[in-house]
Amino acid sequence: MSSQAETQLIAKLETGIPGFDLISNGGLPLGRTTLVSGTAGSAKTVFAAQFLAEGITQKDEGGVFITFEESPADIRRNMTGFGWRIQQWEEEGKWAFVDASPQPGEEALVVGEYDLGALMARIEHAVQKVGATRVSMDSLGAIFTQLTDSATVRRELFRIASALRQLGVTAIMTAERTQEYGEIARFGVEEFVADNVVILRNILESEKRRRTMEILKFRGTTHQKGEFPFTIISDAGIVAIPLSAIELKQKSSNVRISYGSPELDDMCGGGFFRDSIILVSGATGTGKTLTVTQFMAGGANNDERCLLFAFEESREQLFRNASGWGIDYEQMERDGRLKVICEYPEVMGLEDHLIEMKAIIEAFKPQRVAVDSFSALERVSTIKGFREFVIGLTSFIKHQEMAGLFTSTTPTLLGGTSVTEAHISTITDSIILLRYVEMFGEMRRGITVLKMRGSMHDKDIREFTIDGGGMHIGKPFSNITGILSGRPIHVVPDELARLDNMFGDD
Amino acid sequence: MGEKKYMLKLYITGYTPRSERAIANLRKICEEELNELYEMVIIDILERPQLAEDEKILATPTLIKDLPPPIRRIIGDLSDTERVLLGLDIRPLSTSRRDKGNDQ
Repeated sequence: MSSQAETQLIAKLETGIPGFDLISNGGLPLGRTTLVSGTAGSAKTVFAAQFLAEGITQKDEGGVFITFEESPADIRRNMTGFGWRIQQWEEEGKWAFVDASPQPGEEALVVGEYDLGALMARIEHAVQKVGATRVSMDSLGAIFTQLTDSATVRRELFRIASALRQLGVTAIMTAERTQEYGEIARFGVEEFVADNVVILRNILESEKRRRTMEILKFRGTTHQKGEFPFTIISDAGIVAIPLSAIELKQKSSNVRISYGSPELDDMCGGGFFRDSIILVSGATGTGKTLTVTQFMAGGANNDERCLLFAFEESREQLFRNASGWGIDYEQMERDGRLKVICEYPEVMGLEDHLIEMKAIIEAFKPQRVAVDSFSALERVSTIKGFREFVIGLTSFIKHQEMAGLFTSTTPTLLGGTSVTEAHISTITDSIILLRYVEMFGEMRRGITVLKMRGSMHDKDIREFTIDGGGMHIGKPFSNITGILSGRPIHVVPDELARLDNMFGDD
Repeated sequence: MGEKKYMLKLYITGYTPRSERAIANLRKICEEELNELYEMVIIDILERPQLAEDEKILATPTLIKDLPPPIRRIIGDLSDTERVLLGLDIRPLSTSRRDKGNDQ
């Protein structure tokens, strides 16, 4: 609020569209008209309707919807899925339609000069009727196909845009574009509402649909730059995910908490910090799910609430596995200490996953969150989308001041790193590696703490075994080198002693 | 032609030069072609915006022929008499030059 006063002469109107107000540094320019441009299916109509709907539900601000394309009946029906009760709002005098959609079977003949004075008069009438502060026009292209004289239409739309400014309403005009990256809109409509432009995109990238929004310009005021992913969900409408708008300002805690394994706690200098993000990386079968299970049990034993998102195994498998390690998930769930969400990553897009996971976290308010595994989510998205997901989720968890434990599967059995790690390693506080170690024709398991922010930790690669009691961490592999690179070499004890002496200070 | 009566409504936005032009053009057409068999109403949208909303008028001037059916709409200042007659399904009385528009 304080920065607004000193840097902005143009005030903003908070739209209430989730995420959009962050991207736009506070909303749409107040009292101005903003062009919202996008290709077919880029959610322009939803955006236009949501702008009014959020105004009504959040701030009790009336809205006028001018439709050039769909009939009001279609819009009422299509928007009920988002929970917007347009008909009811119309009856309550909060929402008014100006129906400029083509009427079936009534093609008008044009003889001589005309203007759109009637439309303007109807808009003014509707604005006064509901006391509107918000106006949406959807979409401008359709009026160019209804009235073929585009020079007249363009001139008249310019008049309407300036008349809207006189009325003091904040308006959205939507317009079509033919390409995702190209001219701003068809028919050159940006020329008369060029002050503010928002572009909605619906891009096909590696066979996956990805929606983004970008504020191209806000004249005389600030906004975040670049494309931001968004999704459309039922009962909410458009939800934008403002990544770069996230601030790194989470607090940090010195309280240490148990992993659920005393030996691992020891390796980390006495447990992990209460609000840290931990990444567990390992090949398939190295014990990642076990680490997660112990992490959950450790939380439950400490009277904490734990939330597990599982994308690889079913509930039954998870519960059976846990009991195989002596951990009773069912009891934890009955005590309200545990919630397990199992889902196939493919059921929805990653943006939708993110929003759903945030909603579940907010509702359950856990102290510990685990995701098993991030790598499974990697396959339903593009690399860019995945990176945004990882950053979005981890920063959200950090802000909630809870602990997050994520697993990542390495593509090779020995050594190796995964894409997941490349995206997440810089924002994690701790990284634990689980690795297979081949020794004399036998596969052993090794564990090491690669990084732990703000704390001393054990630098050894230790051997561990898994049995009915869970994970048991033993001695370091003192005479093996090359475990992390995936090429373990056995070093004879004599050589080891010689190496030790080389660096000893006599 | 029988005793068909023409019901014509002309929507305008204020009495601008363009509106006046449309009114004059329409009067002339009615007097010359419709032989008194018409009723003409002029509606100023600035005064009665709800009527424009009900009729879904977009542009002005707009002429609507309600009767006889079918309903016809003509947008513009009606400066081309021949095209207006064509649009209203009226065969010219005064000038019997051509005989087009039998089946419009």
